Amino acid sequence: MPAWSYLASPATFYGFAGRLAPWFFALAAVLGAAGLYLGLFVAPTDAQQGEVYRVIFIHVPAAWMSMFLYFVMACYGGVSLTFNTRLAAMMARSIAPTGAMFTFVSLWTGSFWGRPTWGTYWVWDARLTSELVLLFLYFGFIALANAFEDPRRGDRAAALLALIGLVNLPIIYFSVQWWNTLHQGSSVNLRGTTMHKTMLAGMLLMAFSFWMYSIGTALTRVRAVIIERERRTHWVRGLAGARA
Amino acid sequence: MSSAHVELHAPAAGSFGGGFAWAFRRDMTIAWRHPGETLLVIAFFVFVASLFPLGIGAEPELLRRIAPGVIWVCAVLATFLSLPAMFAADYADGSLEQMALSPHPMSGWVSGKIAAHWVASGVPVIALSPLIGLQYGLATDTLAILAAALALGTPVLSLLGAACTALALGARGGGTLLALLALPLFVPVLIFGAGAADAQASGLSSAPHLSLLGAGFLVACVALPPAVCAAVRIALD
Repeated sequence: MPAWSYLASPATFYGFAGRLAPWFFALAAVLGAAGLYLGLFVAPTDAQQGEVYRVIFIHVPAAWMSMFLYFVMACYGGVSLTFNTRLAAMMARSIAPTGAMFTFVSLWTGSFWGRPTWGTYWVWDARLTSELVLLFLYFGFIALANAFEDPRRGDRAAALLALIGLVNLPIIYFSVQWWNTLHQGSSVNLRGTTMHKTMLAGMLLMAFSFWMYSIGTALTRVRAVIIERERRTHWVRGLAGARA
Repeated sequence: MSSAHVELHAPAAGSFGGGFAWAFRRDMTIAWRHPGETLLVIAFFVFVASLFPLGIGAEPELLRRIAPGVIWVCAVLATFLSLPAMFAADYADGSLEQMALSPHPMSGWVSGKIAAHWVASGVPVIALSPLIGLQYGLATDTLAILAAALALGTPVLSLLGAACTALALGARGGGTLLALLALPLFVPVLIFGAGAADAQASGLSSAPHLSLLGAGFLVACVALPPAVCAAVRIALD
């Protein structure tokens, strides 16, 4: 039996996640502190946008995480449907609220940046609209996962919905791009960047901080899901007995 | 109850075409014998479309400008309202489980049900769209493009909606949940569909929009029936 299947048992993973989560939170705090220091104190003022550009140290990493987490969530959904594993579905469930939170944060910070820069809180621009649709996809996933008496039924239905949404996401993105877009193009791509080095470093540190935070929250949340599902088993009862 | 009057026995040897034809005939018969549901959807479509001039104001220039978008949004909502009819009644009275036991492959009869849904809800919307377009003062060529875009787009709405309504079978919070699942997925169809008539009305070519709608239709025909089958299997598990 390979080593990973040992961890696929919720009972084992409960303890494993409990030991790992604090480390990810600590990493998130350290990286976040470094990223905010670089972003708010070291990075130079932007020549065109002034100080207001500094919102990108939250906004861009949050937008990245919102899309990345949806992808990870759909992958867990795919694994849970293909191999009929319980833990993968629980992980997909545990990632969704964090993903929705980052989607909301990226929309919220974006609108606060848009007010002084574009002169408006909201425009029906391609990126904003597809990010809003992404938020609804997250809400749909969470609502469907919790809409059934039988949690396994919710697991499966939500996993399939996540996969359909994953295929649709690029289509939604390109469909809304047909409108004239106001959102600036990306400053970072694989060939290099047009940004100042400290700005980029601050942004990447924040992205890694958000990533570690997402892992930490997902692991913490999955512990709650596991213990709720397995509340009638011996090991959970034993756990409760040991605490009492 | 409605399905009880219609023959449910299927022949011994199953095939995709056999399942498709059987389910299509069955659902069309049910729709024909209970015309109220289809008529309600049509009435909804016409009525909501005529609410906009009352709410916004009747300047002809403004109405011409918003017509494709308004008609498309009404078509999307009309499709959405008729979605529960596709599986919910059959799920509630156990017919869906009987169909799953039939010798036909599930993809066949599921596709037949989706096609019947489109004929009962999409086709009337397409047929009525020129009438509403005329009320909004659209030119004849724009009316034709609008109907063509609806003809390509509404089957995609039926296919996407089938997946969502099958996923939500037996869920708490029925209609609201279905709105949350289906409407975000309808967004691309709405944009390209309304875009086609918009482009025609403003003197541009509608070909790119129609091509994309056609491509979306073909992809949806191939990719979505298996997803709907998977969702029905999850519901029957």
